[in-house]
Amino acid sequence: MNKISIKFLPYGLWMIFFTVIPSLMIIWFAFTNESFEFTLENICKISNHVEIIFRSILFALISTIICLIIGYPFAYFMTKLSKSNQKLCLMLIMLPMWTNLLLRTYAWMTLLENNGLINNILKAISLAPIRMINTPYAVILGMTYDFLPFMIIPIYTTISKIDNSLIEAGNDLGANDFQTFRHIIFPLSVPGIVSGISMVFVPATSTFIISQLLGGGSNVLIGDLIESQFMGSTYNPWFGSAMSFILMIIIVIIMAITNKFDKTETESLQK
Amino acid sequence: MKKINNIIELKNISISFDGQTILDNLNLYIKDREFVTFLGPSGCGKTTILKIIAGFLKPDSGQIFFDGENVNNIPPYKRTVNTVFQRYALFPHLNVFDNIAFGLKIQNLPNDEIKYRVSRLLKVVNLEGFEKRKPSQLSGGQQQRIAIARALVNRPKILLLDEPLSALDLKLRKEMQLELKEMQQQLNTTFIYVTHDQEEALTMSDTIVVMNEGEIQQIGSPEDIYNEPKNAFVADFIGQSNILNGIMLKDYKVSFAQKEFECVDKGFKPKQPVDVVIRPEDLQIVSKNKSDVKFTGIIDSVVFKGVHYEIEVFAQDMYWLVHTTKYFKKGEKVGLTFYPDDIHIMSKLFDQTTNIIKAEVVEENTIKFLDIVFEKDDLNIDPGSTVKLTIPPNSISLVSSDFADLVLTLDSIIYKGAYNEMYFYLDDENDNDQYILVTSENEEEVGTDLGLKFDFDQVEVNKCE
Repeated sequence: MNKISIKFLPYGLWMIFFTVIPSLMIIWFAFTNESFEFTLENICKISNHVEIIFRSILFALISTIICLIIGYPFAYFMTKLSKSNQKLCLMLIMLPMWTNLLLRTYAWMTLLENNGLINNILKAISLAPIRMINTPYAVILGMTYDFLPFMIIPIYTTISKIDNSLIEAGNDLGANDFQTFRHIIFPLSVPGIVSGISMVFVPATSTFIISQLLGGGSNVLIGDLIESQFMGSTYNPWFGSAMSFILMIIIVIIMAITNKFDKTETESLQK
Repeated sequence: MKKINNIIELKNISISFDGQTILDNLNLYIKDREFVTFLGPSGCGKTTILKIIAGFLKPDSGQIFFDGENVNNIPPYKRTVNTVFQRYALFPHLNVFDNIAFGLKIQNLPNDEIKYRVSRLLKVVNLEGFEKRKPSQLSGGQQQRIAIARALVNRPKILLLDEPLSALDLKLRKEMQLELKEMQQQLNTTFIYVTHDQEEALTMSDTIVVMNEGEIQQIGSPEDIYNEPKNAFVADFIGQSNILNGIMLKDYKVSFAQKEFECVDKGFKPKQPVDVVIRPEDLQIVSKNKSDVKFTGIIDSVVFKGVHYEIEVFAQDMYWLVHTTKYFKKGEKVGLTFYPDDIHIMSKLFDQTTNIIKAEVVEENTIKFLDIVFEKDDLNIDPGSTVKLTIPPNSISLVSSDFADLVLTLDSIIYKGAYNEMYFYLDDENDNDQYILVTSENEEEVGTDLGLKFDFDQVEVNKCE
C-alpha cells in the first residue's frame, strides 16, 4: 500500500461503515422479506403511497423555489455591503441554526396556532383570525424557514468570489448595471445556485417532523412515512427501506437534471 | 471653444483614499491619436488616473473633459473609452467570440455586423479560428490579444491599457510592444498606456508622462525624456545614470567631482546646487595618458551585458557607471572622458542641500522638534522662542527602529556616485514640502520604514529673526 492510501484509511473505513454498508443494507432490506427471501413486494407496495411521494416532491420544490427567490437577492445585496457588515450578516443568518431544528419548529407552532401570537395580534387589531397551523402552507413555511440559509450561503460565496474587474469590464464595454448583472454576474453565480438548490431540495424532500408539527395529520410526507415504518407500531423495516431506496433514486435523478444546467457554467470556470 | 485636438483634459484633479492623497491637483492634456504612456513606480497614482478617465473612480475634486465636454457625471458605460485590464478580465463563461462581441451585443447591433467586426478584429490580433475557445483554454499572450480585441471592437476614441503586458514573459512582451504600437498607428486611436517599465514606455510612446508620488515629473517625447531629464528622479527612473551633486558656477560652467567643466547649460543662479547627470553610454574609457582625460581611475568591475559591457570605474572617490563595447580588465588604470554636451544639468528636487527645521526651546538648554527633545549646552536662548536647526544630512544615521529618534518612510532614493541621497517627507498639516534629507552608504527600498538617529553635536542652532 502506498503512503496516500494509508493516510486515507481511517476516512475510507468511516465511509465504508457509515455510508456504503448502510446503503447496501437499505437495498438488501428493500428486496427481501422477514424470512430473508428475495421479493419485489415492498417496492410494489409503494404504489399505494404515490400521493405522499408526489406531495413530498411538490412541497420540496415549492420551498426550494421560495428559498431561491428570497435567497438570491439576499445574497446579492449582501455582497454589496462593507466587509464587516457582510460578516455580521453571515453571522445573523447562521444564528438560528445554532438552535435545534425541533425547537425552532415548536416556536413556529406557538406563532401559528389558532390561539397563537399572530392570531392574537390580528384579534387585537380587530381582524378575523386565520387558520394557519395544520395547513400545507405552514409546512412549506417551516421548510423554507429552516433551509433558507443553505440557499443563501453558497450563492453568497459564489457571487463574492466574482472578480470586481469583470464587473468593471462589463461597465467599460457599455453594459449598464442591470445588463452587467444579467450577462456577467448571474451566469457566473449559477454554480452557487445549483449547490444552493441541492442543499435545500435534498433535505426538503426527506423532511419529517416539520410536517408532523406544523401540518397536523393531513400533510404526511415521505419522510414521516419512512419514520413510522421504523419507529411506530407499524414496524416494517423492509417497506421502510424500499421507500428510502426509491427516495434516493428520485433525488439522484433530480440532482442529475440540475447538474446538467450547471455543467456548461462550471466547465468554463475550471482552469 | 477649447483647442479641438486635446481629446482629454484633466483639470485640478485631486483624489485620496483613507486620508492618503493619491493625486494632488493634477492637470493634464492628452492629444488626439497619440500613444501616451504614464510611467512611474508602483503607487505613483498612474493607475488611479486611468480609472478616473474610465469612470471607475470619481475624483474628490477637479474636472474631466472629453473633446471639451465635461464627463464628470457620465457613468463608465456611457463613456467612449474602453479598457484593457491588467489581468485581462475576460468573461470566463463566454467563449472568445462572445467575449469580443459583448460590447456590440449590448449595443444591439445586427448579427451580420457583429460577426463581421469580430472576425475583422480577430484578424488584427492574429487569432482567427479561436472563436469557440474558452478564455481558460488560451495562453497568457492569447488572452491578452482577446482582451485588446474586445476593447477595440467597440471602436473607442480612447483605449486605456493598464499594465497589459506585465503578466507575459520577456520575449512575448517585446513582440506585443511592437504589435501594440503598430495597431495604434493602423487604427489611428488614442492609446493611454500605464506601465512601470521604462523600456516599454520608450519603445512605444509618442508622449511619456513620468509620475512620482501623485505628481507629474515630466511630460515629453521619449527622446526628450531620455536625453533631457528634468530632474534627478526622471534621470534615475529612465535608464541608468550617473547622478552627482554639482554647483553651477556661472553660465556654461559647472563644478562636480572636485573639478570644473564646460557645459552647455545656462540660466541657473550663480553657485546654485544642481544635479549633474551623465549617461553611462556617454562616458568613454580611454588611456590614462591621453590629453583630454577628465579623470583617472581604476576599473572596479566588469559585467558582460550582451551588446555592451557594464563597467564601474572608481575615480575621484566615486563610482562611475560606463557602458562600452570595448573590454577592459578589472584593476586596470584608465582615464575617463566626456563631451560638454554629455553633461546634463538639472535643478535639484529640493533647493536645499541640508536640513533646516524649525524648533522650539522648551526649557533652558532644551530644544524640541518633531516630538524629539534634546539638550544643547550654553544655548543662551530664552525658553519659548523659536529656533532654526541646521542638520547636516550626513549627521543622521540609519538605525533599527528600537534605537531611533524618529521612524519615517523612505520616499525617494538616488545614488550619487559614492552615497545614496534619501528623502523622507514629513506629514505636515500646512502642506509644505517638508522633508528630511539623509545621505548614507546603505541601499534601502522606497516605501520601507527606517529609523533615523540624529547626532545632536553636529546640529547647528540659530535664532529665528
